[in-house]
Amino acid sequence: MEEKDSPRRLICGRPKSLMQAKSPLCSGCQHGIVGRIISEVIDELGIMGNVVGIGGVGCHAMSMFVMNVDFVQALHGRAPAVGTGVKRGLNEEAVVFTIQGDGDLAAIGIGDLINATVRGEKLTTVFFNNAGYGTTGGQLAPTTLIGQVTTTTPDGRRPEAGGFPIHVAELMAGLPGVVYSARCAVNTLAQFKRTKKAIKTAFQKQIDGIGYGFVEVLSACPPLLKMSPTKAREWFEKHMLAEYPLGEFKNVNEREIKYQIEND
Amino acid sequence: MVEKILISGNEAIGYGAIYADCTHYFGYPITPQNELIEFMAREFPRLGRTFVQAESEFASISMVCGAAATGVRAMTSTASTAFSLMQEGISGIASMELPCLIVNVQRGGPGAGSTQHSQMDYLIATRGAHGGYKNIVLAPFSVQEAFELTQLAFYLADKYRIHVILLSDGIMGQMYESVELKKLEFPPLPEKDWAVKGSAAHNYVRTFVHNSPGIIGSYYDYMKRSDEKYTKIKENEVRYETYEIEDAEIILVSYGSTARVSLRAMYLARDEGIRVGLFRPITLWPFPREAINKIADNTKKFLVVEDCMGQMIEDVELAVVGKARIGLVGSMDRNLPTGSGMILSRKVLEKIKAFN
Repeated sequence: MEEKDSPRRLICGRPKSLMQAKSPLCSGCQHGIVGRIISEVIDELGIMGNVVGIGGVGCHAMSMFVMNVDFVQALHGRAPAVGTGVKRGLNEEAVVFTIQGDGDLAAIGIGDLINATVRGEKLTTVFFNNAGYGTTGGQLAPTTLIGQVTTTTPDGRRPEAGGFPIHVAELMAGLPGVVYSARCAVNTLAQFKRTKKAIKTAFQKQIDGIGYGFVEVLSACPPLLKMSPTKAREWFEKHMLAEYPLGEFKNVNEREIKYQIEND
Repeated sequence: MVEKILISGNEAIGYGAIYADCTHYFGYPITPQNELIEFMAREFPRLGRTFVQAESEFASISMVCGAAATGVRAMTSTASTAFSLMQEGISGIASMELPCLIVNVQRGGPGAGSTQHSQMDYLIATRGAHGGYKNIVLAPFSVQEAFELTQLAFYLADKYRIHVILLSDGIMGQMYESVELKKLEFPPLPEKDWAVKGSAAHNYVRTFVHNSPGIIGSYYDYMKRSDEKYTKIKENEVRYETYEIEDAEIILVSYGSTARVSLRAMYLARDEGIRVGLFRPITLWPFPREAINKIADNTKKFLVVEDCMGQMIEDVELAVVGKARIGLVGSMDRNLPTGSGMILSRKVLEKIKAFN
């Protein structure tokens, strides 16, 4: 790493908050890219020493092993509640973020997430949505697409039996405690840059004390789809982007209070 | 002069937490512990401490986990039904070796059971959830003791880096007694250098508190450390009280509110010339097994009084290893076969007389 006052400036390389470690992820997996983006954002915001990450259970949690920042591991789905405890424990002075997958966040932990925003917590959540359960071997997730084959929907997800994909970024945008909600992807360089901007904004909202920041990042899981990385990306662009529109669903600088009782 | 006030057992735990410098409380309403969460909501913010009402007991135990991971003194309180909900979180806390306090003001079970008192959570409190961990369990039998054991709980938690369960019950929680508010003094504690505070606090060496001892790091180290910790606690922290056991023919074994009933029954029996004693475990884990075993050399009859269908009786059986006969005064001996019925002293006396 270059010295601060060196005339030579580092223009690319490994972020300081990312360890030099072998990726534990499968080839073609995009989770590692998201982990890297979070690390770059932490570096750029200069919060590496004052940030605590909360990892859940699932492939997304692999970032926990490679990010060079303090981490607390939560049980499946409980990251926003554990994050609440960490944030309060550190007198709301640390920057606390959660990384969660679609089983962790959208299934078992959706209540924890929504209620953290209902309580007005100021946290940042990065949601890794890959339309299925990777760690346990490719089962149905709440985010699985209609018709998508998984090991627990061998004939494809049918609404009558398996229900509908959940759109978490839009759901979050409707909650008054949330001040930023976006859905991004990392399949192209342009999307990579948008994702980074979104994650940075979501962190900034917390740092500025405004409210809850949420970013959903779509990605493809080749083993889940039983496809090569290239084929999985094609599938992703054709189907996942059709189901889940990208974009910012909320970006406000104040939490809205619609009605307040004046006690006399 | 020491302040003396009239408070309930539930409030006494709140005062104990304040006197123990607990700074973070997370909870969810459930009968019969509501006076405690309400006390915390009232008093903690006033003292500049943190009170959060969670959306569930899954969440409140997770918040305790997060706060404890930062090194602050954190606690939650609940009652039986929701104590079950917390089990996964408690097992997680055990794997992370986080010091904290979990209060269970027992109500009737199973399921939603009743909203009234019981002592039906002895086994789940002392045996715990999946994963074979241990935790210290303290059982107060007066409002004063609830206040003091809460302070002790935080000390023991920090001393051993372990979670402590304070096992109260509906009667203990609702009972009013005068309490001397006095801060207990304890020896100095080890520094919490394992706590997560942002890596700047540790010279930019990152801290990682995780709940997967069998995946991350060395499982062997975790088990060895835990084994040593449990052994040390068993050697040093067993607490109990005895009454009139020297010449006793029958010894009552009882904890919490039924120990109060048993104490009265003991005196009633003594008035009638029956030589009865009382053994009251204060730590339910570690259970005073050796002490009971020793007493069983002289006394051949033990009557366990607990408001359930027989749970602590298993520990007493393990303690006497066949040296004495053991009987039970349990929930079937309540004065009324309802949720609000309770074991009365005269029923215990009756059972003493019948135990021959």
